[in-house]
Amino acid sequence: MQAELLTGADHSGRPRHPGLVDGAAGLLALFLLVAAIAPQFLAPGDPLAIHPLAAFQPPNLTHGFGTDESGRDIYTRVVHGTRYSLVIGFAATAIGLGLGVILGTLAGTLGRVVDFTVNRFLEVLFAFPGLLLALLFIVIFGPGVATATIAVGLSTAPGYARIIRAQLITVRSAAFVEAATVLGRTRWQILLRHILPNTLAPLFVLGTLGIGQAIVWAATLSYLGLGAAPPAAEWGAMLSAGRTYITSAWWMSFFPGLFIVLTAVTATVLGRSIDRRMRHL
Amino acid sequence: MSNRAAGSAPAAVSVRNLRVGFGAAEPVVRGVSFSIAPGECLAIVGESGSGKSVTARSMLGLAGANAHVSADRLELDGQSVLDLNDRAWRARRGKDVGLVLQDALVSLDPLRPIGREIADSLRLHTSLGAAARARRVLELLDAVGLPSPELQVRKLAGQLSGGERQRALIAAAIAVNPPLLIADEPTTALDVTVQAQILELLEQITNGGTAVLLISHDLAVVSRIAHRVAVMHEGRLVETGRTEQVLWSPREDPTRRMVAAIPADKPRGTRLTPTDRAGTPDRPGTSTAIPAPIPGTSSVVLEAIGLSKSFRRPDGSRQCAVDDVSFELHRGSTLGIVGESGSGKTTTARLLLALQAPEQGEVRVFGRPWSAAPEKTRRALRASIGAIYQDALGSFDPRWSVADILADALGVRHQRRALQADTRLTSLLDEVGLAASALQRRPLELSGGQRQRVGIARALAGRPDILICDEPVSSLDVSVQAQVLDLLDDVQRERGLSLVFISHDLGVIHHVSDQVAVMRAGHIVERGPASRVFAAPQHPYSAQLFAALPRLSL
Amino acid sequence: MRRTLGRITARLGGAVFVLWAVASVTFGALRLIPGDPAQAVLGGPGSQASPEALAAVNAEYGFGRPVLVQYFAQLGRLATGDLGRSYALNVDVGPLVLSQLGGTLLLAVLSLALAWLLALALATWSTRGGKIASRVGSSLEIVAAALPHFWFATSLIVVFSIWLGVLPPISTGGIAGLVLPVLTLAVPLAGFLGQIMRESLLIALESPFVLSARARGETERGVRWIHALRHASVPAISLSGWAFGSLISGAVVVETIFARPGLGRTLLTAVTLRDVPVVIGVVMIVAVAYILMTLLTDIASHLVDPRLRLT
Repeated sequence: MQAELLTGADHSGRPRHPGLVDGAAGLLALFLLVAAIAPQFLAPGDPLAIHPLAAFQPPNLTHGFGTDESGRDIYTRVVHGTRYSLVIGFAATAIGLGLGVILGTLAGTLGRVVDFTVNRFLEVLFAFPGLLLALLFIVIFGPGVATATIAVGLSTAPGYARIIRAQLITVRSAAFVEAATVLGRTRWQILLRHILPNTLAPLFVLGTLGIGQAIVWAATLSYLGLGAAPPAAEWGAMLSAGRTYITSAWWMSFFPGLFIVLTAVTATVLGRSIDRRMRHL
Repeated sequence: MSNRAAGSAPAAVSVRNLRVGFGAAEPVVRGVSFSIAPGECLAIVGESGSGKSVTARSMLGLAGANAHVSADRLELDGQSVLDLNDRAWRARRGKDVGLVLQDALVSLDPLRPIGREIADSLRLHTSLGAAARARRVLELLDAVGLPSPELQVRKLAGQLSGGERQRALIAAAIAVNPPLLIADEPTTALDVTVQAQILELLEQITNGGTAVLLISHDLAVVSRIAHRVAVMHEGRLVETGRTEQVLWSPREDPTRRMVAAIPADKPRGTRLTPTDRAGTPDRPGTSTAIPAPIPGTSSVVLEAIGLSKSFRRPDGSRQCAVDDVSFELHRGSTLGIVGESGSGKTTTARLLLALQAPEQGEVRVFGRPWSAAPEKTRRALRASIGAIYQDALGSFDPRWSVADILADALGVRHQRRALQADTRLTSLLDEVGLAASALQRRPLELSGGQRQRVGIARALAGRPDILICDEPVSSLDVSVQAQVLDLLDDVQRERGLSLVFISHDLGVIHHVSDQVAVMRAGHIVERGPASRVFAAPQHPYSAQLFAALPRLSL
Repeated sequence: MRRTLGRITARLGGAVFVLWAVASVTFGALRLIPGDPAQAVLGGPGSQASPEALAAVNAEYGFGRPVLVQYFAQLGRLATGDLGRSYALNVDVGPLVLSQLGGTLLLAVLSLALAWLLALALATWSTRGGKIASRVGSSLEIVAAALPHFWFATSLIVVFSIWLGVLPPISTGGIAGLVLPVLTLAVPLAGFLGQIMRESLLIALESPFVLSARARGETERGVRWIHALRHASVPAISLSGWAFGSLISGAVVVETIFARPGLGRTLLTAVTLRDVPVVIGVVMIVAVAYILMTLLTDIASHLVDPRLRLT
């Protein structure tokens, strides 16, 4: 889980004004959002339309990203595939975060026995590193977009759970929680007004960082033939199709992959930027 | 430590008109001049931000990456060090001047054995072989008074006690016998008794012929060993002279304020600052009379009876933190609990606040069960006991503003927009000497003293009768400390509060307490009226503790 | 000494527990597959298995018996190292998996080493210069860490094999065939480790003990190598256990793309064919390797920073 230690503060402690990198990331994020919600604005064509005569064209003026083996315009497919990938990324992150919050909260609030049990459970899950848990899930329930999404969510859940549990423990024993007890607050009041808000605060940033990771993993599964299948305009699927033609038509793999990278980088930069801002609030 | 012939050698350091600035901002050091002869100890005293640390670091060329240093004269051991390049500086550092920082736990590399740290200077500045260096390290550790050096050499800083590692740090600084030793707050992180030992060590070093530049915010500490004192204020040395003269007949205002702010030897009720709580000048000291008890009620508001609590150590054995502790707090008075680290005073505070339950004994409030009562019953009483903490910032919810904190303590909702018109909030702020504009701020944006004032305001919001103060001024500058102590005094008198004041700082305890209890290793070794205990301590430990107290009376 | 021994025993006990738990999870996984478990072993619900094959599998796995009996029988088999048999490939799983282990371990170890070197180099270089070097270094790290293995691998193939023709696109054995796969795995990890190292390095360089060292006349190089880097590497060492796991995960993609023999490719083929015994075998071996690696990194962390406890 890359999110684990990426929330490092800006070292000087001073709030930085949005720089070039943040601005670029913001623009990219805007582009991606538009592509996801209303792709026709950015790419008016039909992503599934076949033009066999125009197959395997390298990037040129008519087809900015080239065409694939069935003559479909890659630029159009990449733009229309944004929705697919973003939805999968959001869904997988939501599953992972949701499970992680549940597990982490259970461990942190219900006493030592539950904490021990959940910890052991998490330890076991960590013994299936990275994609392996997802692959195990897929071998049980079969390949497909839905399965792949759930699989990625499950794989990321232990990482989130560990972070949230650690945060909960830190907050629970913080001085301001004791001060609230001294002021006469009940345990419920302290939980609702102090512990939960402070624990869940970093979640937003975690999620943003995690979306990039989730999109990459989902695309990887598609690439390996276990997720979305062609002719779906999902980026990973496009890469999978392009695999066979890598030597003759490199652009079929390059551009979808580029967009995956850009999305992941954008999510990371935005996440860190928000994190920095929140530390100085 | 060699013996230099004092008087014939050049001044160990000579500075004239030193100016240091960072970037385009105002210079931090504005024309500082001094010199130190071999075998002499000069102390530069000032508050944080006065520029004293930057001055000290400039003697080593380590003022900072983007520091602009200029002077008419800057000489170490007779040779100018102005405009030296990096390489030339590196040859001087360690050899012509040594540096001792505060808190050896972080000033020595925590991952390296202390033997290696000490041998560094030898490696860099001498041509001694490894075996010769090892021998010299043992000699140095012996010279600084570290027992069994052969056993300690391989240890990490974290495995030694506070005093031992500070000695090791000093050994590292004097390894190649520099003519000048700069000690920047060398005793701040230490217990009082250990502090006295380290000061003694520095005195030995001075007597051996080394010139010592001692930087501190604490006049009382430096008065022990400094021959001369220079007071630094806003980048300038406002007064320099022999120690007795500066302390007993200060000429300048900043010096006078610093001397006045020292709490030791000033009985309760004496004002430490010439201003009133908001910082505006002049309000004469008022009576120290303790309010008479209301007839028909006992004057005991808080009572600890035979408290005991122990903890489990990491290796499974039990450690007794508090053992059979008993005391009484009378209405309107202040009970001071003093002890060094590990004495159990923090645990006592937590027991008093019912944050933990005692294993034996109980705490009673207004004669009613407190520690023995269930939390539900206790909660109703909690409003009558307030608390202020050493780490004010940590005691506030990091997401809340000052207005949020106070409104929550008052139990009211507040309007986000018309904050300054909310008299409930502004009157609280007024009472602790803060302007209404503080309401929108977050504690992070406030200074240490302001944060503590907010903490006091929050504690007062519930209209308590008792206030438990756990090291409330320990992390504050002496002058800010004086303001906060005066504020507590004012508030106590106006509201008729009874205070339990816990601290390791003897001077502060001496100033604030009516009754004092001395703690050691979980026991109360002595108890009684402050004036009597301090003047004539009966238990040997108390006597030892008070003897170590740095006082202005030389 | 006794405390350390006690802790190591506790760790080993924990490791055995995790292995048992993983074995149980895989046991459960096999029975979660919709349909007849015997058919799952033979390749999943879609496979056309002959009645004889089904009978043989039933006899071997004993699917008719009570679940608990099956469970302990399975544990017993695993304890003796019998990982079952793959019917799709017609080989015993145990020897198959062990034979593939070497290739993946080689990749993982080399990639980890290279990632460390790159991260160290980047962290030291970017903290030496001014703000620009720092920004550039930070950006490089972010981009590197975000590179998906499959895209990076294909891009490398395009550049080095197709355009420049200096390296083979698929492994033919030998060192040349190792370069691109190791690079693919090492660079993203280096981005991640580099971020961690750089932040710790910056903190270390501004701490009081570095000031003390400088005050003794220590050179900048001495400050870095003797003091700062050791502190900076502590979090990275702690993370290396996790990093090893992520490298094995990445090996699935990399071995597939570069056609290298190894656990990753074996696993992927098995998943695609629904060859459950092989999947279980690979998962078990990976768990063992991961646990061992985590133990090693914990010991290494403790050696470098004795303040850390061995739990």
